[in-house]
Amino acid sequence: MTRTNSLYGPLDPARDAGYVDPPPRKGFFTDTSICIGCKACEVACKEWNEVPDQGFDLLGSSYDNTGALGANSWRHVAFVEQGSGSTGTRAPVDLGMPTVRGEQEDAAEAAGGDSDKPDFRWLMSSDVCKHCTHAACLDVCPTGSLFRTEFGTVVVQDDICNGCGYCVPACPYGVIERRKGPSGAKNVGIAQKCTLCYDRLGAGQEPACAKACPTDSIQFGDLDELRGRAQERVAALHERGVSSARLYGHDPQDGVGGAGAFFLLLDEPEVYGLPPDPIVTTRDLPSMYRRAGVAAGALLAGAAAAFLGGRR
Amino acid sequence: MAEAHPVGFQWVVEAMNRGATVIHVDPRFTRTSALADEYVPLRAGTDIAFLGGIINYVLTHELDFREYVLAYTNAASIISEDFQDTDDLEGLFSGFNRETRTYDETSWQYAGREDHAEPAQETKQERQTAQPLQHESHGISLQDEPPRDDTLQHPNCVYQILKRHYARYTPEMVAETCGVPVEQFLEVCRAWTENSGRDRTTALVYSVGWTQHSVGVQYIRAGAILQLLLGNMGRPGGGILALRGHASIQGSTDIPTLFNLLPGYLVMPNPADHGSFREWIEDMGGGAGAKGFWANAEAYGVNLLKAYWGEKATADNDFCFDYLPRITGDHGTYRSVLDMIDGKVKGYFLLGQNPAVGSAHGKAQRLGMANLDWLVVRDLFEIESASFWKNSPEVETGEIVPEECATEVFLLPAAGHAEKEGTFTQTQRMLQWREKALEPPGDCRSELWFFYHLGRMVRERLAGSTDARDRPVLDLAWDYPVDGPHEEPSAEAVLREINGYEVATGRPLASFTEMRTDGSTLGGCWIYTGVFADGVNQAARRKPGSEQGPVALEWGWVWPANRRILYNRASADPEGRPWSERKAYVWWDEEQGRWTGHDVPDFEVAKSPSYRAPAGASGVEALSGDDAFIMMGDGKGALFVPQGLLDGPLPTHYEPVESLFRNPLYAQQANPTRLEYRREENRMNPGGADAHTDVFPFVFTTSRLTEHHTAGGMSRYLQYLSELQPEMFVEVSPALAEERGLEHLGWCHVVTARAAIEGRVMVTERLRPLRVEGRTVHQAWLPYHWGSGGMVTGDSANDLLGIVLDPNVLIQESKVGTCDVRSGRRPRGQALLDLVAEYRRRAGLVGATYPPVLTTGKGTEQ
Repeated sequence: MTRTNSLYGPLDPARDAGYVDPPPRKGFFTDTSICIGCKACEVACKEWNEVPDQGFDLLGSSYDNTGALGANSWRHVAFVEQGSGSTGTRAPVDLGMPTVRGEQEDAAEAAGGDSDKPDFRWLMSSDVCKHCTHAACLDVCPTGSLFRTEFGTVVVQDDICNGCGYCVPACPYGVIERRKGPSGAKNVGIAQKCTLCYDRLGAGQEPACAKACPTDSIQFGDLDELRGRAQERVAALHERGVSSARLYGHDPQDGVGGAGAFFLLLDEPEVYGLPPDPIVTTRDLPSMYRRAGVAAGALLAGAAAAFLGGRR
Repeated sequence: MAEAHPVGFQWVVEAMNRGATVIHVDPRFTRTSALADEYVPLRAGTDIAFLGGIINYVLTHELDFREYVLAYTNAASIISEDFQDTDDLEGLFSGFNRETRTYDETSWQYAGREDHAEPAQETKQERQTAQPLQHESHGISLQDEPPRDDTLQHPNCVYQILKRHYARYTPEMVAETCGVPVEQFLEVCRAWTENSGRDRTTALVYSVGWTQHSVGVQYIRAGAILQLLLGNMGRPGGGILALRGHASIQGSTDIPTLFNLLPGYLVMPNPADHGSFREWIEDMGGGAGAKGFWANAEAYGVNLLKAYWGEKATADNDFCFDYLPRITGDHGTYRSVLDMIDGKVKGYFLLGQNPAVGSAHGKAQRLGMANLDWLVVRDLFEIESASFWKNSPEVETGEIVPEECATEVFLLPAAGHAEKEGTFTQTQRMLQWREKALEPPGDCRSELWFFYHLGRMVRERLAGSTDARDRPVLDLAWDYPVDGPHEEPSAEAVLREINGYEVATGRPLASFTEMRTDGSTLGGCWIYTGVFADGVNQAARRKPGSEQGPVALEWGWVWPANRRILYNRASADPEGRPWSERKAYVWWDEEQGRWTGHDVPDFEVAKSPSYRAPAGASGVEALSGDDAFIMMGDGKGALFVPQGLLDGPLPTHYEPVESLFRNPLYAQQANPTRLEYRREENRMNPGGADAHTDVFPFVFTTSRLTEHHTAGGMSRYLQYLSELQPEMFVEVSPALAEERGLEHLGWCHVVTARAAIEGRVMVTERLRPLRVEGRTVHQAWLPYHWGSGGMVTGDSANDLLGIVLDPNVLIQESKVGTCDVRSGRRPRGQALLDLVAEYRRRAGLVGATYPPVLTTGKGTEQ
């Protein structure tokens, strides 16, 4: 078994986890260009996985009233209204990342540079756990509750999780969360997120959200095949003049070694509330340990030198 | 479509992936607009002006599909020289009677056929009983060929009349009326016309909000004219597709829950016209010498009566025709509600319907129900129509006092769709069998169970009665096999009876052409005959599309005769050849001497294209080999409708009843033949030239959100749907928000002459002000899903509406009105009533005077 790229870079995660002859890696390709925001994915997910509602709050965030992915929303549909102002929707958050669009791009656009963009757009996108190739949540889990499945996905075992919550800040996308309520719901206190319907996969079924999606915006399948299909779709959209179409999370060279759930977007990731350049938070563990080791060594050497010097 | 029919929208997405262009015309930017190539906002209620503009564009530039138009429409037919158009009569057609506000159709007839018209006195009664609805599939009845001019030059041929009628619907007029800029309008014209013709077809898809106007039928007619002119009817990829509002609403029109129709669009008899069995049959087109398929109406009628009364129905007693109830006037849902308020209606059944929230003028609905003796509600939850007596807005205002409300409500739990078997009939007229997935819990039962056992118990109660009025019930053939611990009747047995069978042998009929008039066959709905052909439940077929051709004839079953596209004879040219390779669908096979193709031909299969009906022929024989529209008496698609519509032979732009604008096209402001109920609780806001239109200065429209189902009975009681849209809100543009000081997520209330309701403010650029007649008009949009019951509650948008109806089918104008929008929550209790009263006073809506319906001096007095 190879241990190269165990924490960073391209990798077959199931083999890396010790499965000798795993089935092809499974994943989602979410094509947001044909998402109609019907939220069937959200409902199907909750029905199948017995995820409780998270309260009845009008958020005023266009038609989004579940807000974000979390313990009680394993699928979340974002609604982005893009017009002259920012009414009825959240403005894109400047995360201070180098890839946030600069003034130059804005100026180019104002000059009519991106001609396929009408003066008003309503973007919709169904978000989900990325099932990273390098999953920090899994790396930091002290109990082994989070594990890599034979399909290459990442799943929480509810009965093993002790609710320590280390996984929560580890996730570069802010997906996993401990369930806080409602009272009476199952798994309160336990880390919760999309399982890619591990139980359905085992029975040869596709995940509930993909099954329910009426327009096939959510596509489930072998990750390799989905990546090919996605490239073709982007090319087709470019040919049709939709130059803003781009993939997100498909690249094995990216900060999480490629996501098991990746997306076709029509704008920058930040517009949809996605981090532009996510990096597995455990990537730097080896070098951190190395540096810590060097520092500790230096300290020891210094101490030893002090003692040795003291004898003189 | 994506908003209210997300599952059906997958096919639009598929078409887009194959290169289709999607244009979305809607006052509100919806989920459909988000994906469409072009979004065209227009002022609510101006669709005929918009479509009339496109018709004008087609005719001005002669872009019509001329061969198709000549052969398959009545473009060449010549209309009576007495006909006068709206241009001459300030928005009225000839034959208008000012007293009854109805038309004498004599001058609308084909030249020389003026005696075919219905007299005006009868059209008044027809409006009361929505008879055009009864006639909707019957078409014109004719006894011979009308005169024609194939050069289309005769000044009174339909083509020239159309051209004159729509000449004033210019792009500039469209821009002025609809608020659609000229260039954008022309883009739509170009897209539609360039994508129609031999090689290409365009589909017109509407959702049923389109029908909910005082001119709703004429909306659809305008679409039909356009699609006929462009050759888009009866051809693959074309057509006019009505997205019905519920899972089987098409089915409940075919086997109707309407007061004026019987199964298969047979006419519910009335004493004036249908004193005898023979008169009934003849009125449906089954008279001697009649042309077309309705000539067989006697067989359809006899088989229905045999299905109802079995062996008691014989030729000697006119198959129990006299047992059929008669209608005596307007028994529509709105008339009935007002009659409840007046104490004339004592009992009410509601099945899967929530009028307290879902119907126009919610207050009238609830006050009516509060004045009944008894009310039966069968639903999944305790909806507002069952709980109005304890938690409606009228309880808050003191108009309904729970302790005093005498209505006895029987709430009976219903089985959900997965808990019972049967068929759904969807918008393509396709019947799909539904299996029962699980037993309904507790006391929940299917509708079939309820009605079968209710009928059984009533019959048991009446057994032995000698009262003649009990005979129709006691003589019913009421014997279906039952099964299981709850004695559930067999839905398949019912479908088998609907299909029809030979009485002697029980052999299921394969086609309605096997129906006999002598009582040897019976069948409950002639258009459904074939769904049980060969004793097989054809609706249950589930052969995947991948295992058959694109038309997929072996998936479910489509009426009539499993035909997927109606009038598909028009997919071939007059000689029977496909218009093009690309659009080949059905065609004439000369060698075999029969029609063939991908679909079941909608034509007599062995009738050659060259067949010409001999003089004096009647019935189906009178249809020539190129009469593609076989249900029409003249075999032609009707660009101009001489018979059957009460408000005119051509769609004409009238303003909505509540409108901020004068009709820019004619002196006549709104539909002159509309049905109004003028009573204190049903005041309409001022419109057009009336004084005080500024009291209600904004336009509003209502529709659905994906997350909820109509009146909310199937969604607001479920946590997963409630959390997705938890509160009533009102969508306004940033400009309107600024004008009225509305804050995003703050509260506002919306006021009309009927009610004031509140909701949270949703400021969004999806709503945009339009420029109409040089003024800025603001449109507000409201979802209508909420009520006082369920997990998430809120005010009901339908409370805002008054009741004013399309004269043809008695559908309410519920998709456009005027209102005021104010910041903050609405008042409570008596203060709420005072607020609405104050608005009425300011708008001059007091006393016994009502604004005139007629705003032109034309028409005749009687």
